[in-house]
Amino acid sequence: MPGILVVAEAAEGAVTPASFELIGAARKLSGEGAGPVAAFIAGSEAQAKELIAVGADSAYTSDAATQADILLPAVQAAVAQSGADIVLIAQSSLGRDLGPMLAFANNTGVAMDSTELKIEAGRLRATRSAYGGNARAEHTWKSPLQVVTVKAKSFDAPEADASRSGAVTAIAEKGESKITVLGTEKAVSTGIRIEDAAVVVSGGRGLGDESAFKALEELAGTLKVAAVGASRAACDLGWYPPSQQVGLTGKTVSPNLYIAIAISGASQHMAGMAGSKNIVSINKDADSNMVRVSKFAIIDDYKKVLPALIEEIKKLG
Amino acid sequence: MNIIVCVKQIPDPETPAASFKVDEAAKKVIPAQGIAPVVNPYDPQATEAALRLKDAAGGGKVTVISLGPDSARDAIKHALAMGADEGVLLNDPAFDDIDNFQTANALAAAIKKIGECDLVLMGRASADWDMGVVPLGVGQALGVPVVSVAKAIEKTANGVKVERVLDDGFQTVEAPLPAIVTVSNEFGEPRYPQLRQIMMAAKKTVQVWSAADLGLGADATGAANRVMPLEALYVPKVESNVEIIEGDSPEEKARNLAQKLRAAKLI
Ligand SMILES: Cc1cc2nc3c(=O)[nH]c(=O)nc-3n(C[C@H](O)[C@H](O)[C@H](O)COP(=O)(O)OP(=O)(O)OC[C@H]3O[C@@H](n4cnc5c(N)ncnc54)[C@H](O)[C@@H]3O)c2cc1C
Ligand SMILES: Nc1ncnc2c1ncn2[C@@H]1O[C@H](COP(=O)(O)O)[C@@H](O)[C@H]1O
Repeated sequence: MPGILVVAEAAEGAVTPASFELIGAARKLSGEGAGPVAAFIAGSEAQAKELIAVGADSAYTSDAATQADILLPAVQAAVAQSGADIVLIAQSSLGRDLGPMLAFANNTGVAMDSTELKIEAGRLRATRSAYGGNARAEHTWKSPLQVVTVKAKSFDAPEADASRSGAVTAIAEKGESKITVLGTEKAVSTGIRIEDAAVVVSGGRGLGDESAFKALEELAGTLKVAAVGASRAACDLGWYPPSQQVGLTGKTVSPNLYIAIAISGASQHMAGMAGSKNIVSINKDADSNMVRVSKFAIIDDYKKVLPALIEEIKKLG
Repeated sequence: MNIIVCVKQIPDPETPAASFKVDEAAKKVIPAQGIAPVVNPYDPQATEAALRLKDAAGGGKVTVISLGPDSARDAIKHALAMGADEGVLLNDPAFDDIDNFQTANALAAAIKKIGECDLVLMGRASADWDMGVVPLGVGQALGVPVVSVAKAIEKTANGVKVERVLDDGFQTVEAPLPAIVTVSNEFGEPRYPQLRQIMMAAKKTVQVWSAADLGLGADATGAANRVMPLEALYVPKVESNVEIIEGDSPEEKARNLAQKLRAAKLI
């Protein structure tokens, strides 16, 4: 019987939010006739049970290291044991390698960074963004196995229900890697994670220099629930760390409020923040793409606008 | 050190949304008027990495491969002008509209045919389909490790040491050779070829190989053999409902914005 396998991930001991979103996607497909939902996690039984609580019908655990080449045989075994014909993987550092590896190992392809999934005549149809966000492409598969990686924030994580139960099976298979990890360095993140922030204040190349990010941080601090992001142009100039980059090759955010300061709104930037509920921009150019998609925009020099904005927000309390 | 760099020619990814058009029936992008195709932006960075590694090793050869139409020769020429030694164009009507699974197998066949190779450098993704999968496919076909999203690459006694960019930081790994490494924008700016180098590049050889030269039969190529059919390609609709905040001075606009945001309960 066909079904869906979700490849979940844990970071620092906790199942990632993206993994729960994958379960949300899987439940939707299951509702459209794709069969039961199994979850795989290189992690603990407790984590497997968390995945069952949010909607998996069964789960597989593995103690393999979270490196794509080591995990591949474990995921292959979970695909075989569950009989899944659809595999959902997060578009994460791991998923970027694991998705294509799994697909190619099964002589098929993968739809990377998919944003919409649906079942049509029993088969998966995936929609993804292409050409930097300028186009949408829809794919199907000829092979029995259909592999996708899913863009963060594309699906809602279901509510956990602790009364749900399902079998948890340990998988012994694991691969060997020729790659040796010498060290990992976490990006120093101060304050709220950009993916979780209710408000994101982002700066672009139009800021003109690195020190302007201090003012953005002050604005974020004034708003209390905000994190600071940046366009790739700003990151490439060394003004802000790549871990805060928003866009196609950076973070996907969907805050309630996204304040874009001196960012033009190139399609590759929009790819990371178009899901924001409300966009506000401060830009000198009224015709810029970012202004077009905004709810409110100020057309002026940010240098004069920003201090007054911070002051007024402080006053409003 | 013998290095192969894979470069792809794509429509300019900085094409403004207003000039970007799709032929929905053909499921193809209509080339934008007056905007020439470019080398996929990560690929000159991969080329730059190759040239630096060759220099550091004190010798070797950098070979550039591109699979694409006749115009893809320009992508190869760009790499040759940067300093690469030789080029190979994989060009055959059988390669039209193939998917990345087929592309990976064709590139792998070409790499095997070239033979001597310590390292294959590729971009982290092509900025047309934004997939980032071909390098993993080539790795699979050749049975060599793939290290993705490199910020820095260094030759060591055991192989290559690579600093990778992760979602939440960086990771340093070491891989034995032969290996495939994909290069990301964090690597830094590639050199820009000077006129003299562009002229010199014109004299460098570019071989052209067909599907048959690579031993690829009709079942391995052709749009009909895509493993993932493309069902639709279109431009998403974006609506504009922007309210431009008025005011006599930038400061007044800022105050008006703060009040609007408060009224809308956004702050
Ligand atoms: C494959 C690929 C992947 C990419 N991935 C990403 C990604 O993940 N994220 C990303 O952001 N980009 C990405 N890009 C780059 C993207 O195409 C744009 O180049 C980039 O987003 C532009 O950044 P920007 O808006 O900061 O700069 P610009 O486009 O230069 O815009 C600067 C803006 O600042 C305004 N401005 C200037 N001065 C002032 C002032 N004093 N006051 C107010 N406004 C001012 C200008 O009007 C302009 O709108 C990618 C590109 C490619 C090819
Ligand atoms: N047609 C091609 N010719 C040469 N190299 C390619 C081709 N397609 C992809 N590549 C290489 O694979 C990388 C990732 O591409 P992709 O998987 O298509 O996103 C690119 O940066 C290139 O180095």
